[in-house]
Amino acid sequence: MSPAAALATTAAAAPHGFLSPTGVEIAFLLVGLVTFGAALVTVTTRQLVHAALWLVVTLGGLAVEYLLLTAEFIAWMQVLIYVGSVVVLLLFGLMLTKAPIGRSPDADSANRWAALGVAVAAAAALVWVVVDAFRTTWIDLGGAPSGSTKVTGASLFQNWVLPFEALSVLLLAALVGAIVLSRKAKADAAAATTGTPAVPGSRSEKEGVR
Amino acid sequence: MHLVYPAVLAVLLFSTGLYGVLARRNAILVLMSVELMLNAVNLNLVAFDVWLNRTARETLHSGQALTLFTIAIAAAEIGIGLAIVLAVHRNRGTSDIDRLRDTAEGHESDAPEAEKAEATA
Repeated sequence: MSPAAALATTAAAAPHGFLSPTGVEIAFLLVGLVTFGAALVTVTTRQLVHAALWLVVTLGGLAVEYLLLTAEFIAWMQVLIYVGSVVVLLLFGLMLTKAPIGRSPDADSANRWAALGVAVAAAAALVWVVVDAFRTTWIDLGGAPSGSTKVTGASLFQNWVLPFEALSVLLLAALVGAIVLSRKAKADAAAATTGTPAVPGSRSEKEGVR
Repeated sequence: MHLVYPAVLAVLLFSTGLYGVLARRNAILVLMSVELMLNAVNLNLVAFDVWLNRTARETLHSGQALTLFTIAIAAAEIGIGLAIVLAVHRNRGTSDIDRLRDTAEGHESDAPEAEKAEATA
């Protein structure tokens, strides 16, 4: 950041007080508490399906946070992609791996306390560094929203066209990879279960039954 | 808005995801925790993009563009990850990552027995 920008930052930060929360800050704090609580329940609950459903609360809370930060397009993309498809995929995965519906006693590994120590240490160090670095920094949320669909679309298709197209190739590769992964395993399993030279008619019959 | 609020929330979500990745045994729960960590990074990207857009007159909107890319890559990652988990579950009958230690050192003796037990079960 240039010195002029740093000066502008301090000038913009001057009228703010340390303990004068605005309405947006209070809303952000409350939604943030809900989001963090839902995230904690997601990683600690012993019912696997409930973990996926609490993940919905976490991701929806994050969408609200994006809206409060005036990033509308990102918020709706979050709702569409994460809440709409990723959680549904996770639920499908839980169902297809025959996850237990009730409480499963072995949801957590034996090294839970070491993991807790690592996570608490990481949180403490990062919170300390972040608070120390951005203690006197304020986001100016007034004026035109900086993340509306028009602004984001213009920036995406003016400055980020090449990564955008590369991303479409990556999505295609992921699609093909997922199909290849599931097809190969199915062919192997069919060959292993029949144990006889696979006749095409019987194999398609088996797949139809499955 | 104080920049510390979104930054601290992102840190807390990232640490929660870190705990989940380290402590969970089911592979799908580990994938959920990875999603939490990715979302923490997304929140950071959006917050710093809004901040720099106003103070430093940054008009490239790199934070929001990178957030969209992260969301798309996370969707691809969850698809491939679930395909791998389903393949492992179909071959081994389990999605418990503590029992997938064929490549670990010092477990050469019990690995074939475990496979035999899973095959008969």
